[in-house]
Amino acid sequence: MDESLSFFLSIAPTLLAAVPVTLTLTFFSALIGNTLAVPIAVASLSSNPLLRFPSAFYIFVVRGTPLLAQTYLIYYGLGELLPGTWIQKSFLWPYLRDGFWYAIFAFSLNTAGYTGEILRGAIMAVPKGEIEAARAYGFSKGLIFWRVTLPRAIQICLPTMTGETILLLKATSLASLITVWEVMGTARQIQKVTFRVYEPLIAAGLLYIVMVFILTRLMMIVERRINRHRLAPV
Amino acid sequence: MDTTLKVEDLHKKFGEVEVLKGVSLEARTGDVIAMIGSSGSGKSTLLRCINLLETPNSGRVTVNGELIRMKALPDGTSKPEDMKQVERIRSKLAMVFQSFNLWSHRTILENVIEAPIHVLGVPLNEAIERAEALLAKVGIAEKRNFYPNHLSGGQQQRAAIARALAMEPSVLLFDEPTSALDPELVGEVLQVMRKLAEEGRTMLVVTHEMGFARDVASEIVFLHKGQIEEKGAPREVLFAPKSERLKQFLSSTRH
Repeated sequence: MDESLSFFLSIAPTLLAAVPVTLTLTFFSALIGNTLAVPIAVASLSSNPLLRFPSAFYIFVVRGTPLLAQTYLIYYGLGELLPGTWIQKSFLWPYLRDGFWYAIFAFSLNTAGYTGEILRGAIMAVPKGEIEAARAYGFSKGLIFWRVTLPRAIQICLPTMTGETILLLKATSLASLITVWEVMGTARQIQKVTFRVYEPLIAAGLLYIVMVFILTRLMMIVERRINRHRLAPV
Repeated sequence: MDTTLKVEDLHKKFGEVEVLKGVSLEARTGDVIAMIGSSGSGKSTLLRCINLLETPNSGRVTVNGELIRMKALPDGTSKPEDMKQVERIRSKLAMVFQSFNLWSHRTILENVIEAPIHVLGVPLNEAIERAEALLAKVGIAEKRNFYPNHLSGGQQQRAAIARALAMEPSVLLFDEPTSALDPELVGEVLQVMRKLAEEGRTMLVVTHEMGFARDVASEIVFLHKGQIEEKGAPREVLFAPKSERLKQFLSSTRH
């Protein structure tokens, strides 16, 4: 027991050092993915088939294929395409040699597809009367979207989006397969070096639980703030 | 007196059903026109065609002397020639809805300042100042920081009226403003509307409240099957109806 504890303590610094990697992967993927979800949701609701079909197809493909396959495809696929193009000579190249950015790229595109679909449903659930009121008061289409439809839709789907972000946080463990040493990948490395199977996994699991717990708390505060209208008056 | 609102020969079809069959109407400044009629008579549709929430198939709407320019389409419908013009005119025709339609993600105060700030470009401080005065006027000043869901139906509708007044509109359009309210809450809303009428505001009111129509309206319009069957001063229309259908309608609403 004592020996186990000291082992945990000995690997803790290495694992903890990987936490920022997991968190930045999650943060940037969520940020980019959820932002991209907005135009995807809007396009999928458009009356113009040239917008609607590509968006529906995108959502279909992203949700229909494993994230791991998408990640590999982007990492190896782009990794093969990009060298020899102008990009190799550009300032972007140092970044594009690093798996980290490919991982963020893959996770963002994946999140965009899932959240796009969630947001599409939420936009459809916005009460028609509130949109009509905005029209009746002279709001332009854009103003209606930014001031009424989008904030209302986000309110409606925020709990689901929180769930998606938690899934994303754990999905970032796939980044280890394209050489990004986040928490899970680091744990596997420790396994290999120390020949211990369980302790690194348990330690990594505990770290994920703590991260998810903090994330859930943060989202709860956001949800409370955003859904004030449903709570009892102060 | 100036003509604030003029509606000429308005036609509206939903599919094959013709809901409005050539309705004309004129409101001078300060007029309170009550529109009555059984459900399906087209009175709400008429109101919604005026601010183009519904697009009429044909006809002309003029607000403050400005004609809303429409383009006839080959399929027999029409569409606005210039959305910017429609938006500008809409901002002068504030509507109060049957189901309030307050923006539920914003507080009462935010609801009232939203359109003045974003549509009319009123500075924030000024908008807040005016909103507070209006909320006091409709009697819910202390609810300014509440969300619509925290208010009773009557309070929500009064907030919606404050939101309408904040636009300083030329015409107020009321679409059955008390129909979704519990009976005991109807009075507080009607009282506010009465006050507005006394101030000389131009109002178009679709209503089932015969008492309100009788006491407050300067003119009553009775719609039947998409046409104006009879119109005139309240006393004439309500106490000396000429058309058979109006007589029937009135006897069915009076018990």
